Amino acid sequence: MSTPSSTSILPAPGSRFPNIAFKWAAGLAAAMIIVLIILVGWELYAGSRLSLSKFGAGFLWSSEWDPVAEKYGALPFIFGTLVSSLLALLIAVPLGVATALFLTELAPMRMRQPITMAIEMLAAVPSVIFGLWGIFVLIPWLRDHLFVWLKHTLGFLPLFQGPIYGVSMLAAGVIIAIMILPIVTSISREILRSVPNLQREAAYALGATRWEVLRIAVLSYARRGLFGAAILGLGRALGETMAVTMVIGNRPQISASLFAPGYTLASVIANEFTEATTDLYLSSLFELGLVLLAVTILVNIAAQIMLKGITGSVSSKVA
Amino acid sequence: MLPNKAKCLALLGGVLAALSAATASAQMLINGAGATFPFPIYSKWFNEYAKVDPSVQFNYQSIGSGGGQKQILSETVDFGASDGPMSDDNLARAPRTLWHFPTVAGADVITYNLPGNPKLKIDGPTIAGIFLGTITKWNDPAISGRNPGVNLPDMDIVVIHRSDGSGTTYIFTDYLSKVSPAWKEKVGKGTSVSWPSGIGGKGNEGVSGQIKQVPGSVGYIELAYAKQNQLAYADVKNSAGNYITPSIESVTEALATADIPDDFRFSMVNPPGAQAYPISGATWLLVYAEQKDHAKGEKLVQFLKWAYSDGEKLAPGLNYAPLPDALIKRALERVQSIKY
Repeated sequence: MSTPSSTSILPAPGSRFPNIAFKWAAGLAAAMIIVLIILVGWELYAGSRLSLSKFGAGFLWSSEWDPVAEKYGALPFIFGTLVSSLLALLIAVPLGVATALFLTELAPMRMRQPITMAIEMLAAVPSVIFGLWGIFVLIPWLRDHLFVWLKHTLGFLPLFQGPIYGVSMLAAGVIIAIMILPIVTSISREILRSVPNLQREAAYALGATRWEVLRIAVLSYARRGLFGAAILGLGRALGETMAVTMVIGNRPQISASLFAPGYTLASVIANEFTEATTDLYLSSLFELGLVLLAVTILVNIAAQIMLKGITGSVSSKVA
Repeated sequence: MLPNKAKCLALLGGVLAALSAATASAQMLINGAGATFPFPIYSKWFNEYAKVDPSVQFNYQSIGSGGGQKQILSETVDFGASDGPMSDDNLARAPRTLWHFPTVAGADVITYNLPGNPKLKIDGPTIAGIFLGTITKWNDPAISGRNPGVNLPDMDIVVIHRSDGSGTTYIFTDYLSKVSPAWKEKVGKGTSVSWPSGIGGKGNEGVSGQIKQVPGSVGYIELAYAKQNQLAYADVKNSAGNYITPSIESVTEALATADIPDDFRFSMVNPPGAQAYPISGATWLLVYAEQKDHAKGEKLVQFLKWAYSDGEKLAPGLNYAPLPDALIKRALERVQSIKY
């Protein structure tokens, strides 16, 4: 950004060197991120050349993944990645925003800090722990209770039909939701805290109830930022690997049922990279990495477009 | 505060240890990389061998068979390791003659989750049928017919397989390809395959975790893992028609009766031995016939000789099957002819 004019606090006026040095150092740090992304993209492209030339665009919509016959396609993995991440968002965003609302607007002061800390602790739990907990605690419960209930009450929808194994797209969605909950909650909390008190006071002055204040003054003011929080959560969800691999069932298929096992891009790479012995096999795994990068970028671009649609203005900034 | 301090101390200790290791190394370092399945026995060997010859240190990265083959082909390591023999294509890419040395063998067991966990008897075509998805109930005559007296429920079979590429899967699919033409045609063999049915668990622990959780499930895991975790597993019918309990002895018997060609790239599934367990496979070290570095080559050969004599004796303790004497003799002859 532009250099500030508050030179008066600098001890020795005259030398502009620190200013310039800082500007360059910060600029360099920012540039590194761009360079890093380009390098990652390039490496993935270079690694996947063989597969790109062999399968072309058909790689994207082929559903076959057969290392023995050396036929590879990405569609079930793209599907699994998108569906599991969207499920996670559907669960985590309402929960996260509601928690953030409670913490900033409703909770008694002395409860706020402990709850905030507890949520942030969730973020420190390693992925593999969530995975193991998923296998031994969450999935048996989902399978014997929630899934059975869903099948009974909503079984007329194709989403909740078919045999129940436990490991499934839905289980993966729930695990990812728990894992992205901390980031969604803490960003939402910061956003809500930045809503000026004047907003609330004005609404109260108009005779609004508490719910109306939250809805009109707080949430609608903060919706852009909250959308941003959801997008950051989505970024996490798309690349989540370990825990997902342990609960999704690792079956490359496209099924309408959320009870059916699925497979994600990140999981198949983690699963098969170490034992891939042929060049084409490795190259196809690289291409899956490239697809994952592309999916992430496209989803983010789509989110930016939607964001503009929501607010209709581009002037205010996302936190 | 305390944990931080402890961390600092541990870090400092680590740095000091690294430094002292570096200064003490007039010691030679021999690098290897590859298969994960034999990692426990290899690290045991390298530990024990350090006492035999302190002047050499072995460093083994268990990055997977794919990585092991790649690294030895590009000569970034001194030896490679693989759970499956290298393909002709890959071997042709070696800059010089690359030899396979079988070290130990392991087996896959068929494990399941049924009420009361009865001991089951099962044969190859039935296993293939289950994993192909053509046999879907536990009380199917193909299973119940071989298990008179066992009360098999009218329960759906849920197939669990490995989701990660692994030597365990290679052995299993190699076996099914041999005993079932339908499997060979539809699926084939590999470290990962396109599974016709079932769900995937990551690693032995992922598969056994799923099996414990899902009633009516069936899967395959390493014998060593099943023994350590006391899981129920089936006796499998071998090519002589006997039902064999998987054990170290029945795997060594399989090795003894398998047809092993001169280049040691062999498959030992479904061997003719009357007491041989049919679903087993070996693991290999990959070593160049001509060593570039004289000193390293000499140390490597000495190590291999030790491994085939004293090292093999350590195998049963870690639930690996040692090679039979005749095969050790053949391997040792090959070791003698490594040039350095």
